[in-house]
Amino acid sequence: MSSNPSKPHGLLAEFHTAADIFEAAIRCRDAGFTKWDVHTPFPIHGMDEAMGLRKSPVGWFTFCGGFTGFFTGMTMIWYMNKFDYPLVVGGKPLFTPLFAFPVSYEMTILLSAFGTLFGMFFLNRLPKFHNPLFKNERFKKSTDDRFFICIESADPKFGLEATRAFLTEKCHAAVVELVED
Amino acid sequence: MASPGKSAAVKAPEPPAELVREPLVLNNRPLGWITDAIAGVCEKPMPVWWWPAFIISVGGMITMFSLIAYLVSTGVGVWGLNQPADWAWDITNFVFWIGIGHAGTLISAVLFLLRQKWRTSVNRAAEAMTIFAVACAGIFPVFHTGRVWFALLPGYLFPAPNANEIWPQFRSPLLWDVFAVSTYGTVSLLFWYVGLIPDLATLRDRAKGWLRRFFYGLFSLGWTGSNRHWSNYEKAYLLLAGLSTPLVLSVHSIVSFDFAVSVVPGWHTTIFPPYFVAGAIFSGFGMVLTLLIPLRSLFKLEDVITLRHVELMCKVLLATGSIVGYAYGMEFFIAWYGGSPYELYAFKNRAFGPYWWSYWAMISCNVISPHFFWFKKLRTSVVFVWIVSIFVNIGMWFERFVIIVTSLHRDYLPSSWGYFTPSWVDVMTFVGSFGLFMTLFLLFIRFLPVIAISEVKGVTPQADPHHPLGGAKGHH
Repeated sequence: MSSNPSKPHGLLAEFHTAADIFEAAIRCRDAGFTKWDVHTPFPIHGMDEAMGLRKSPVGWFTFCGGFTGFFTGMTMIWYMNKFDYPLVVGGKPLFTPLFAFPVSYEMTILLSAFGTLFGMFFLNRLPKFHNPLFKNERFKKSTDDRFFICIESADPKFGLEATRAFLTEKCHAAVVELVED
Repeated sequence: MASPGKSAAVKAPEPPAELVREPLVLNNRPLGWITDAIAGVCEKPMPVWWWPAFIISVGGMITMFSLIAYLVSTGVGVWGLNQPADWAWDITNFVFWIGIGHAGTLISAVLFLLRQKWRTSVNRAAEAMTIFAVACAGIFPVFHTGRVWFALLPGYLFPAPNANEIWPQFRSPLLWDVFAVSTYGTVSLLFWYVGLIPDLATLRDRAKGWLRRFFYGLFSLGWTGSNRHWSNYEKAYLLLAGLSTPLVLSVHSIVSFDFAVSVVPGWHTTIFPPYFVAGAIFSGFGMVLTLLIPLRSLFKLEDVITLRHVELMCKVLLATGSIVGYAYGMEFFIAWYGGSPYELYAFKNRAFGPYWWSYWAMISCNVISPHFFWFKKLRTSVVFVWIVSIFVNIGMWFERFVIIVTSLHRDYLPSSWGYFTPSWVDVMTFVGSFGLFMTLFLLFIRFLPVIAISEVKGVTPQADPHHPLGGAKGHH
């Protein structure tokens, strides 16, 4: 997003079908834009490749969460039942990973889930309540049945007239509008 | 990477007519119709029946909380518990409610991993059911401890050192259960919320009043449907499904350890984990059908929750019901084959002892009723399915009652045998828990989309850029 308030945020192009936006996304990718995005009411199959996105790294956050969870579970049980206050029950060992497993397993899943959720929020920079796109009335349809491409003015290849022509003529957008920052 | 634009020209072979599947959304409804139909439910004023239903449910909820206050202030003796049956309706209700939750997770996670696209019409309501059922379930084990402040505050359940600086005892399956159930509740809530974010954004963009716009805006976190976001979102959703699958299998396994790890005849058996999980899914699908069959007709959502959905859920009932029936038979076989007289007595006592009526109620509801669903005609008659789903709910409550009470009331020492009769507080607390469940569910209908809007759109042909209905030009 541009920090200069006099500059526009970008150009917003509206499409009516999944196929139209899919073709348009391929053209935008091939035209070499970098600061642009596709907004759709549901994820379109194959759109990541059409946009040329890399694979989502959310899994790493899941892994870190899960690793922490398992390790925390095992350490906690060892510390509580063997180290800090040795608790003899039925003459069984004070600690083995066997009886510690169910709790550690649940902790693995719990922290993996938190890792996944917050990792996704972090990668998507959510929550983000201010967005210039929200000022556009048409854009409200992006969560209903319309499809949008927004090319930001911060993109090095952005030129107001050239990009507008590109979206209308090459991408066959139904409507192209300027979005103020 | 080859351009997908070029590969669109590759022709997929057309399947023969008899293999073409019935569409998931009937009548080729456009995307906008899906938004209007589903979001409309929670935007328009509620229909007339909603208010009496809500008032009765709130009444039940208040009854339950009042009786819990009575229990906490008086003592756990207000329930009919005695020695030897010191677990009875409380733990029955706990296992009953937690089991119901399992269908929600199965639909949302397991069917997602198995790419069963029909799940999209039912997963939101089923997940809501899971969360509300877990909330109802949690109440019973917490309050059956009697002096609940000892259980919660100084940390017999959760690891915080108590007054004597003793930590919880992690060799006990009861403590595993605390972790399993609280993890299950939390992860189910996260999964549900992640699924809701795009739909909350839809409601935000359609909201008329500032209050709705504010709250839907707040909880949709500024979602714009950006594909860069969808990319991470879908990966997160897949991972949460992958995490919930082993979770849901572990939760009821661990619940069954509460019994199986003990030495009580009738409990000490290795079949319990798979048998409990199958039973949980069976009971949960029963409850999903009980809730969704009225919902789809009351809100005219028959084009989204179609007969095919009802039929598929009946097939799940048939499969899991058969596993449950097999488990009942196998329990008896092992009681005889195992050669332990105590074990054999426990099973004879179940079927022909003082609680014979509960055993045969369980058998008739759980073993007989699902087998009607071998017939397509019966699977597609919604009234019949609804009635059977009620029997499944009843039968699965009795299953837990049978397991818990008939095993406890007569164990090794005949001198300590007894008979459990519920008190009115037992009965009304359980009835009241339905009030809590229904209150939450009715509020869910009132304020949140009952069907996952964006997911349903995603499985329509209009969403497929290579399908003619998705705008694809040229031949398909």
